[in-house]
Amino acid sequence: MQRYILSRIVQSLLILLGVLFIVFFMLQLTGDPVSLMVSRNASPEQMEMLREEMGFNRPILIQFGDFIGGALVGDFGMSLRHRQPAMELILERLPATVELAATALLIALLIGIPLGLLSGSNPGSFWDTLARGAGLVGQTIPNFWLALILIVVFSVELGWFPTFGRRTWDVFGMELPTKSVILPAFSLGLFTTGQLVRFTRSAVLEIKNEDYVRTAYSKGLKDNQIYLRHILRNASIPLISIVGVQFGYLLSGSIYIETIFSWPGIGNLLAEAIGNRDFALVQAIAFFASLVVVTLNLLTDIAYGLADPRIRYGD
Amino acid sequence: MADTADIKETGLLVDQAAETGFRSRLIYVGRLLWRDKTGLVGLIMFLIVVISAVFAPVLAPYDPLRQDLRAAKQPPAWSEEGDISHPLGTDNLGRDILSRIIYGSRVSLTVGFFGVLIACSLGLLIGLIAGYLGGRVDNVIMGLVNLILALPYLVFVVFIAAILGQGLIIVILIFGFTDIPIFVRITRGEVLRIRESGFVEAALSIGSTRKRIIFNHILPNLIGPLITIATFEMSAMIFYEAGLGFLGLSVPPSVPSWGNMLATGRKYLTIYPWIATFPGLAIVFTGLGMNLLGDWLRDVLDPRLRRMKK
Amino acid sequence: MSRILTVKNLVTRFYTFDGVVHALNGVSFHLDHGETLAIVGESGSGKSVTMMSLLHLLPMPPARIEEGEAVFEDDDGPIDLLKLSKPERRRVRGGKIGYIFQDALSALNPVMTVGRQVRESIMEHLSLDQKAARERTIQLLEHVGIPGAKSRYGNYPHQFSGGMRQRVMIAVAIACDPKIVIADEPTTALDVTVQAQIIELTKRIQDELGISVIWITHDLGVVAGIADRVLVMYAGSAVEISPVDRLYEHPQHPYTEGLLAALPRVGAKRGKRLASIKGSPPDLQEPPRHCQFAWRCPYNFDRCWASAPPLFEVGEGHYTKCYYDMDQERPR
Repeated sequence: MQRYILSRIVQSLLILLGVLFIVFFMLQLTGDPVSLMVSRNASPEQMEMLREEMGFNRPILIQFGDFIGGALVGDFGMSLRHRQPAMELILERLPATVELAATALLIALLIGIPLGLLSGSNPGSFWDTLARGAGLVGQTIPNFWLALILIVVFSVELGWFPTFGRRTWDVFGMELPTKSVILPAFSLGLFTTGQLVRFTRSAVLEIKNEDYVRTAYSKGLKDNQIYLRHILRNASIPLISIVGVQFGYLLSGSIYIETIFSWPGIGNLLAEAIGNRDFALVQAIAFFASLVVVTLNLLTDIAYGLADPRIRYGD
Repeated sequence: MADTADIKETGLLVDQAAETGFRSRLIYVGRLLWRDKTGLVGLIMFLIVVISAVFAPVLAPYDPLRQDLRAAKQPPAWSEEGDISHPLGTDNLGRDILSRIIYGSRVSLTVGFFGVLIACSLGLLIGLIAGYLGGRVDNVIMGLVNLILALPYLVFVVFIAAILGQGLIIVILIFGFTDIPIFVRITRGEVLRIRESGFVEAALSIGSTRKRIIFNHILPNLIGPLITIATFEMSAMIFYEAGLGFLGLSVPPSVPSWGNMLATGRKYLTIYPWIATFPGLAIVFTGLGMNLLGDWLRDVLDPRLRRMKK
Repeated sequence: MSRILTVKNLVTRFYTFDGVVHALNGVSFHLDHGETLAIVGESGSGKSVTMMSLLHLLPMPPARIEEGEAVFEDDDGPIDLLKLSKPERRRVRGGKIGYIFQDALSALNPVMTVGRQVRESIMEHLSLDQKAARERTIQLLEHVGIPGAKSRYGNYPHQFSGGMRQRVMIAVAIACDPKIVIADEPTTALDVTVQAQIIELTKRIQDELGISVIWITHDLGVVAGIADRVLVMYAGSAVEISPVDRLYEHPQHPYTEGLLAALPRVGAKRGKRLASIKGSPPDLQEPPRHCQFAWRCPYNFDRCWASAPPLFEVGEGHYTKCYYDMDQERPR
């Protein structure tokens, strides 16, 4: 198990190094990073000034070394627009994004797993049809469109929720979510809900046919004991890695959702940065998002190992 | 989607069909489609989109670019102020929404089709190389594949699109190249599986050339999984294209595409909600059709699944 | 000896998309207190299906028990296992009839400690609290010969060897003092030496607890050492039932004769080829209209193709489903 964790950590570090490489050279894709950052009618002098300021006139390897050196201490340069270190901006926006993504995941787990279990345990039933339909629809509705529709129905028509913005409820310095998170989180989480329904269903259907479930029946256990103790428990192990992957999707998906709801998070920051051609900030966000996803994958792999005794006590 | 017994059975039937001719196989696939109605529904939905893309000039009642400010912001025909002349209403510039949706399917399908074509053919090639040569080449390729698959896809796609700018070809290339790893992984997995089965040695020992092994044994086994994945990936690309369009990073705003229409619709969301509603429905319709089709294809074609369920 | 289980005319079918599989076509047998009944036959002959039908362990659908009765002598009177309510059935499973499955690695839950897997059965059937159930579990594990049972209580199945896992499986089956234990090919996946140990263990436990054992196997060699009586199954029918010694000396069904002839014998002439039964078992999708063995039978004659033979009594406790009298070498 220790060797397994160690090798996964090394692997993650290598991936992050690769990410830095990609993020850096992405700007060189068009040949001249400065032309990306200025408006179309900038004069050559202006461009030269910026080139000087950003250090793009130096040899590329030196630039790269500098970039890596900075990245290792969390320095991704200044945001051109905000005149503030990029990482600082990201960290300021982090709580809002975490609130949104975590709520979305919570909604997905609370709906997806029970529905998947219900459906997998009675294939062909009403619940099964419902869950399969919900799973499919959840997978095919784009979250950016769903968000628009939810705003029209629940904010504009019914007036139940605010159409945009994040409001928090401050209790002893903690920022607690208010109902303003519900619409964004629901639109963001629907895809994941669909994935979880489908995944749980097929896992249950498969595990139901395992020999050890038959053994459990032969012991005279009750159905609900068998489902909770033997089927759901065993299905939850592969579910861990699904949840890890899905959290990464939720972070990415926040680009749309935060833009639509003017939610002051990282996704919104990214959309803004792209609109402003603020590429130092875009680079920093891309790296930060990768860091989060890679770390999550690492953690879920470790959690997977801990949850499965065959790996935990293996060599 | 189908139940275990169902999958097992279709699997068996495919095995039988593999031994007979192409014609009877077609008939047979038709029979499978008829029995599993969801696959048929998916196919029909997908064909509707394809037909509207191909015959857009015939089907669309208006030129999708024609502005008619007098008829602007007209709601769909069934609402009180609506008019049958514009069945789904018009947008802020008085362009006919139905016509724009019909033309929009061209952008979606072009991006999806060519994107998958690039990703699939390059992925197949690279995957064959990785699986076949093994060793250091394989390590390097798989290292890159794992690196790319570990990235938050959407963030990087948005990043690249912002750098490269708008344009149909650019979007196709972005999706075509970023989607290669998925196909590499599948191809390589299949090559390794066949290599490990000891059967390549057997074929080599009786004098088969490597080229023949690839064409006679590895490719036929790959067709099923590749078609299935291609369907899902195409549907995903249609999604992502619309998403990029929504952020203003896909085709130029003048081109009627579902994503661009959504971006416009968002601006008028609270007053003229139908502008955003219908292009979204078109995306859902296409996605639903392709997912139903993909699920059915997976059940019927994927030998891995068949083996697993046995 | 008194009967503990009487099965009559058990018919089980599988309704699949490909058609109906006639898995059991009227199987009848009985089991006495304290005896060991071996059920032999090739795979697909319906040995396991028979036993799982009794406990409703088959996946339903596609399986359906169409006919028959299975009377079990419970402490307070006979009950028909096929007509039980769900709670009654649960009381029988594990509590009255224990089941040892073939491959302990897949039959034990990989992510649950073996201790809990034994304990959950105890807590279901005996009114013991967790602590007492744990105590009993450790005693059971010791009893089935797991060294250091106390420390191994919290181990997972994959941490045991094949033989030890099968012992755990036995502990699960006998955890609640059942009247009958069904051993479904418990030794097939094991080495020969370990096989012998498991057989010894089962016999010891049977003697100590006075339970009846139904031992399913396809290995006639194992049967000779453990069984009191043998039931031979072919294509979903019980074709011959006999006390064990009679069966080996006077097989009264051509299929049994073929099976015995296929056994390798010590002292047989070198170079002599092992006999095998020609042909393959019939397609179970066809409902049986005549003797199912007729295709492969060296003695078949017109009557064999006209109707399925009934069960003939050919000796004390010896029955066969065959129209041909093998002693007299002529049709009955």
